[in-house]
Amino acid sequence: MKKLEGSLVSLLFAATAIVGVAYGAGIRMPPLASRHGAGIDAMLAYLLFTVGGLFLAGYLALAYFIWRGVRRSAIGPRLATRKTELLLSGVLGLGMAVIAEGGVLAIGMPVWQEYFAAAVPVDAVTIDVTAQQFAWNVRYPGPDGKFGKTDPRLIDDTTNPLGLMPDDLAGKDDVVTLNEIAVPVNRPVRIQLRSKDVIHSFFLPNFRVKQDAVPGMTPEVVFVPTRTGDFELACAELCGLAHYRMRGFFHVLTAAQFDDWLRLQSAANAKGN
Amino acid sequence: MTTPFVAGPPHHADPAPGEHAVGFIRRWVFSTDHKIIGIQYIITGLLMGVAGGALAALIRLQLGWPEHRWMLLSHLLPNGMPSGVMTPEFYLAVVTMHGTIMVFFFISYVLVSGFGNYLVPLQIGAKDMAFPFLNMLSYWIAFLSAAVMLASFFVEGGAAAAGWTAYPPLSAVSSAVPGSQMGQTVWIVSMALFIVSFTMSSLNIVATVFSVRAPGLSMMRLSLTVWSYFIASILGLLAFPPLTAAAVMLLLDRHFGTSFFLPSGLVVANKLLPNTGGSPLLWQHLFWFLGHPEVYVLILPALGIACDILPAFTRKPVFGYRISVWCLVAVGCLSMIVWGHHMFVSGMSPFSGEYFSLVTLTITVPMTIFGVNMLASLRGAKLQLRTAMLFSLGVIALFGSGGLGGLFLGNATADMQLHDTYFVVGHFHMMIGGVTLLATFGAIYFWFPKMFGRTMNETLGKLHFWFTFAPFFIIFFMQHFLGLQGAPRRYYAFTAYDYLQKTRGQNLVISIAAMVLLSGQLLFFLNFVWSLFKGPAAEANPWQATTLEWTVPSPPPHGNFDAIPIVQRWAYEYGVQTVDGDFAVQTVASHHARVTA
Repeated sequence: MKKLEGSLVSLLFAATAIVGVAYGAGIRMPPLASRHGAGIDAMLAYLLFTVGGLFLAGYLALAYFIWRGVRRSAIGPRLATRKTELLLSGVLGLGMAVIAEGGVLAIGMPVWQEYFAAAVPVDAVTIDVTAQQFAWNVRYPGPDGKFGKTDPRLIDDTTNPLGLMPDDLAGKDDVVTLNEIAVPVNRPVRIQLRSKDVIHSFFLPNFRVKQDAVPGMTPEVVFVPTRTGDFELACAELCGLAHYRMRGFFHVLTAAQFDDWLRLQSAANAKGN
Repeated sequence: MTTPFVAGPPHHADPAPGEHAVGFIRRWVFSTDHKIIGIQYIITGLLMGVAGGALAALIRLQLGWPEHRWMLLSHLLPNGMPSGVMTPEFYLAVVTMHGTIMVFFFISYVLVSGFGNYLVPLQIGAKDMAFPFLNMLSYWIAFLSAAVMLASFFVEGGAAAAGWTAYPPLSAVSSAVPGSQMGQTVWIVSMALFIVSFTMSSLNIVATVFSVRAPGLSMMRLSLTVWSYFIASILGLLAFPPLTAAAVMLLLDRHFGTSFFLPSGLVVANKLLPNTGGSPLLWQHLFWFLGHPEVYVLILPALGIACDILPAFTRKPVFGYRISVWCLVAVGCLSMIVWGHHMFVSGMSPFSGEYFSLVTLTITVPMTIFGVNMLASLRGAKLQLRTAMLFSLGVIALFGSGGLGGLFLGNATADMQLHDTYFVVGHFHMMIGGVTLLATFGAIYFWFPKMFGRTMNETLGKLHFWFTFAPFFIIFFMQHFLGLQGAPRRYYAFTAYDYLQKTRGQNLVISIAAMVLLSGQLLFFLNFVWSLFKGPAAEANPWQATTLEWTVPSPPPHGNFDAIPIVQRWAYEYGVQTVDGDFAVQTVASHHARVTA
């Protein structure tokens, strides 16, 4: 009875690990569509492999100790020597440090640097995204390459959601859309993020991009889309009642399609005015 | 003839010295006895746990069956689920309150304050805490705090809905979300009371460990349980003051027109706010300056307790005691300087992100060593799978899987994809949800005989373990992978996105497992209540364990010890032959059995 119970508990932990690893191996992330995202995926793959191995090893060891322990009628050596203790701690502690810190230094930090510290490429498409409850206001600078000035006092959700100043010439050709972002493929995209009200988070699952939009700050993200197609933009920071459906659309187009799209939006804006 | 070193069976008839005839109220309600206060904390915490569990059930009903009409619930909760389907405002209030209640009012009360109060004086050979009156005061303020938090469901706008992290501006501006009307204010008041209570209680534990240890009980003879409470209490004392400051500022921002967390140009609900000059990130720094050490305040006692349950059922000392102690100290120090890993994508400087990432991952070193020491304690063991032991094995397992998940989130690059997804939810539930929950159950099964003089039922206890560990693991393991698929947390439903459609089946499985987990807890409550009245009488030392609480009757009399014990050895003298058996309690003199430490 005691042995049977021991075997069952042992089996519980062994099966947990084996089924767990098998389950995890079958899960796929949203298909990758950005250049730096390959680095993030490499980081994740590294962690999934090493951690998966450690998880399996640890649980199997636990299962073995239980299976063996219930069958023992007297304890083994009572105390390990100080040397054994230090050796085990040293080897495993340092081993884990190498796995964890080594991963960050060798794989993680270069991606982090590429993503944050690199100068913004001159050919980047700059887009201003202003989040609000519960929509993404998207603005392109238009042919002059300059965004018009805004003033929060002018904001009106129906007529002027961004508070654009009507007498600023730079803003005359700005192209404004709601929840729709289009970008050309293989060209750097620079997103300037703002928020009007609470904290939101600009999350493009396929692009491995996530950045909080914080009122009073204008954080930027720069990345290169590598695949054409229609993707989704999600809000990843709790922002209120409709947080779960603050959905945007992110279209990656060819250069020619992108120019057409921008012209079309510009015309629609002119008509709206 | 030899006399056993361990006290005999309980002798309820003769009142212990120092036990005066006190009335019911002084004895059970406004008691200054640390044991009664500990039990009061445990019962209060368990009741709050039931509330938190019910909220979890509501969350899982919504996520598993997003459009289903629960007609019975529409009668019970006419405001939150008017047509049987939960409203988004109620969902967010439920999520916020589930987190708040489980972290601060369940785990903190049962495991940290409850068992801390009960065990620390007993294990260090003291008659009571250093400041018994302060102790009573801290419990009653804690009780008030819990009552205020529950009351917040009934104020205008409902309970707070900005998440347990309460990020402003969402938590600061009343028009941002219904819960930010009165609910958030009540939340802040309750948290302020909680902090007052927890600070007093932490101070008491630190002072007690420092000042009233029995003679001979050096720091390096303390049990890992006492060590873990000691470190956790120091962390609590250091980490809670910043949250107090933050809570005061948030209250001022909400009601007195200040702008600590509110920048200029905010337009909420189409209305320009007059605030200027504040920063939402300031709150996050202050919150996590508390919040990160807080998770260690919760998890260290869980680990300490698991470590002390192990040797009673392996019949040999824990592996690497001294190293484990230093790991606790190291983790305590490191936990104070890593808070920014909650903020990698918050807009904080990416260079700070690099620092926080590298320092966070150094925590893996002491935590790995600690975990391996727990695992290595099983090597060469003569294992007895009693209920308390099963839960301790569960602690080791969840600490392993949860801790490994930390390698992803502490890594800033990986966190860019995983931040604020279900990976995070899965991770922290394994750690401060699961490790602490299993340790709490382990502790209850282990010390119930001491507390109440009766033993819990083993068969029900073991069933309870199976119905807890298996579904718990399924739920939170799967949630890690929801996160990898990009499912954000705090979503009312996963219906609005194409890329999340395939997660709906997984959410259904998780919800079914959650229902199994929650129903499994009935076994525990049944066992608890039944054993309280009908359980077989417990001996003084039913597990043949070595620490000082097992030298006194079950339950121990007021004042604990007839005479202050003289400690002769460390807390893990198992595997030695004495007249009691294969162990020596800490008071056994050195000429009876060799002293290891």
